[in-house]
Amino acid sequence: MTIDVPTTGRSLPQLQPISFIGADGRLTDTPTEGLRIPSDATLTGLYRQMVLVRRFEAQVTHLTRQGRLATYPSAAGQEAAEVGATTALAPNDWLFPTYRDSAALLTRGVPVAEILAAFRGDWHCGFDPQEYHASPSATPLATQTLHATGFAMAAKLKGEDAATLTFLGDGASSEGDTHEAFNFASVWQTPTVFVLQNNQYAISTPLREQTNATMLADRAAGYGMPGLRVDGNDVAAVFAAVSAALARGRNGDGPTLIECLTYRMESHTNSDDPTKYRDSEEVEHWKQFDPIDRLEKYLRQSEALDDAKVAEVAEAAETLAASVREAMNQEAEIDPRELFAHVYATPRTALAEQQQVVEAELAAAGRA
Amino acid sequence: MSVTAPEATSAPAPSSVTMTKALNQALRDSLADDDTVLVFGEDVGRLGGVFRVTEGLRAEFGSNRVWDSPLAESGIIGTAIGMAMNGMRPVVEMQFDAYAYPAFEQIVSHVAKMRNRTKGRVSLPITIRIPYAGDIGGVEHHSDSSEVYWTSTPGLTVVTPSNPADAYSLLRESIASDDPVVFMEPKSRYWMKEMLSLPVTTAPMNRAQVIREGTDATLLAYGPTVRTALDSAEAGAEHGLSIEVIDLRTLSPFDDETVSASVRKTSRAAIIHEAAQFGGYGAEVAARLTERNFTHLSAPILRVAGFDVPYPSPKLEEFYLPTVERVLDALESWDWEL
Ligand SMILES: Cc1ncc(C[n+]2csc(CCOP(=O)(O)OP(=O)(O)O)c2C)c(N)n1
Repeated sequence: MTIDVPTTGRSLPQLQPISFIGADGRLTDTPTEGLRIPSDATLTGLYRQMVLVRRFEAQVTHLTRQGRLATYPSAAGQEAAEVGATTALAPNDWLFPTYRDSAALLTRGVPVAEILAAFRGDWHCGFDPQEYHASPSATPLATQTLHATGFAMAAKLKGEDAATLTFLGDGASSEGDTHEAFNFASVWQTPTVFVLQNNQYAISTPLREQTNATMLADRAAGYGMPGLRVDGNDVAAVFAAVSAALARGRNGDGPTLIECLTYRMESHTNSDDPTKYRDSEEVEHWKQFDPIDRLEKYLRQSEALDDAKVAEVAEAAETLAASVREAMNQEAEIDPRELFAHVYATPRTALAEQQQVVEAELAAAGRA
Repeated sequence: MSVTAPEATSAPAPSSVTMTKALNQALRDSLADDDTVLVFGEDVGRLGGVFRVTEGLRAEFGSNRVWDSPLAESGIIGTAIGMAMNGMRPVVEMQFDAYAYPAFEQIVSHVAKMRNRTKGRVSLPITIRIPYAGDIGGVEHHSDSSEVYWTSTPGLTVVTPSNPADAYSLLRESIASDDPVVFMEPKSRYWMKEMLSLPVTTAPMNRAQVIREGTDATLLAYGPTVRTALDSAEAGAEHGLSIEVIDLRTLSPFDDETVSASVRKTSRAAIIHEAAQFGGYGAEVAARLTERNFTHLSAPILRVAGFDVPYPSPKLEEFYLPTVERVLDALESWDWEL
């Protein structure tokens, strides 16, 4: 007697990351798993957005050093993953970001002041999630992966044409919620794309102390979902892989895990010292794989980009940086009564009483 | 006792209804009235939940409305959050009190805070059903009273019925609420019966109720200890004491008005709960009643609670749980001559 073994959905991702454009700006000969390289027009748009994002990250990091923001986790170096994945979303899809993903929110169209509200200490989520179809950035690691799964489940139940995309880090992949989300999404076949940005460190803990697995994308197989390992610094590969995964989800074929191999160029936030856990050689090594440089080389070769165009994008980036400075130079108006305004939908007497304490204090200070 | 006759004329003749049945009917009626209501959790579909609260619902509403989720509490709450963000009203079950702990992070960090984080732009109308407390001879981790974890978390509403009519009415109201509700079901009362015709509408969710009038002292109780309080009042009457009993029904928000009015009348109060005493719900009650009614009190507010030990094994349960004798001892400890 033999036991019938179902064999569907069992395949391990290829070791060699999917990549279209190599570090030298030339097409690679790596397998691309049937994905197609985006058009030059799309790539030019991705280039522009990556340049904007890099300038944004640099400006915010600078302002944080000046004490304008309380803290900031920069995604400098990870522009391809942030921009490539987010650009693949349709307007109706939803994004479930983390603290690291300001670049994704910027790409989604959220105004800079609203993205930075949390880091400046104005409010936890400065933007309207319904307006941008983006959830508030999650700080408790991996929790947002379940929200993305649940949201997609509701979309599926309602017959909505919407998918969800959530970012998580290599550190977050060790959390229990990641396992639960992968499993729920796959059991329920929700249209969810998990973009795992493997930037090699969780604060100071290197990947090799985070996991003993050969690669994080392998995990997908254990949940019965496809996993892809992508060169996370090749925006063409990220965009193509995420687009395909979103299409798959929308088609009713369930979730996908995409591991993006990338590197965090800045410190974890302004408050850690990366020289304590990594050496400059390593940072220099990763600079060779810079996502913007290689795309620029590629697009120049194909003549989609020239000096004039590059200068124009650089100028747009300066304009964005100026708008960030301006936004952060303006003090946000903060109404202390808001402490009590959004705790419950149903008014509470006890909170009304506590609000009176603050109002009396404001009145005494002549601020009522 | 706390039941108001329903307005509907079509209500069937009263019959004997257990709390389990009342909860089941509340879920059924909520599912029927509102397409966005979803019921999922461990074993809630085919089996109808380990306490049968969801029995028959999957067959009636289909597996797109009522289903068995994978076994993962954080996953259940976390996905309920996403569903609620996308317009649904999930009603989820944590199989037992202590098994809600893996979901603690999702509940306190996201369920409770989402509305606040987003300046009121996203609210999460989620109902988290948690069978809680002991006295059912359960093995360890099956009898915890976890209410204080939830009541000390701003953003959550915490409800606990003590009888079938309230169970029905409060659950309907919780599901309809735009705020997330932790709905705590006293396991030892699941099989309590009452003559009822459902649907029934009892007092609103955020009100405590005087369920026995008295003039000498007020006993405050909720969920499983309401029975203990009533029995104690009965026993007290034999000793010539007129004891008022209040069923809190909702632990957060606390109904200061009803409780203070009673305490001002009787000038003495004791709170009874199964959870450990230290830092327990009784501590909050005693503090706020004292703050508001100090000059009306003729004795300290007392707590009759579980001991400060992990919930014991079944054979020790009877020594742990607050009993009528302990309540009477507490009442006796007051200097009635004052
Ligand atoms: C549940 C939880 N534990 C700890 C932290 C503190 N913390 C914030 S970021 C971080 C590292 C996360 O690393 P990774 O997931 O790789 O993402 P990255 O920061 O590299 O983008 C830690 C430990 C947290 N936010 N949440």
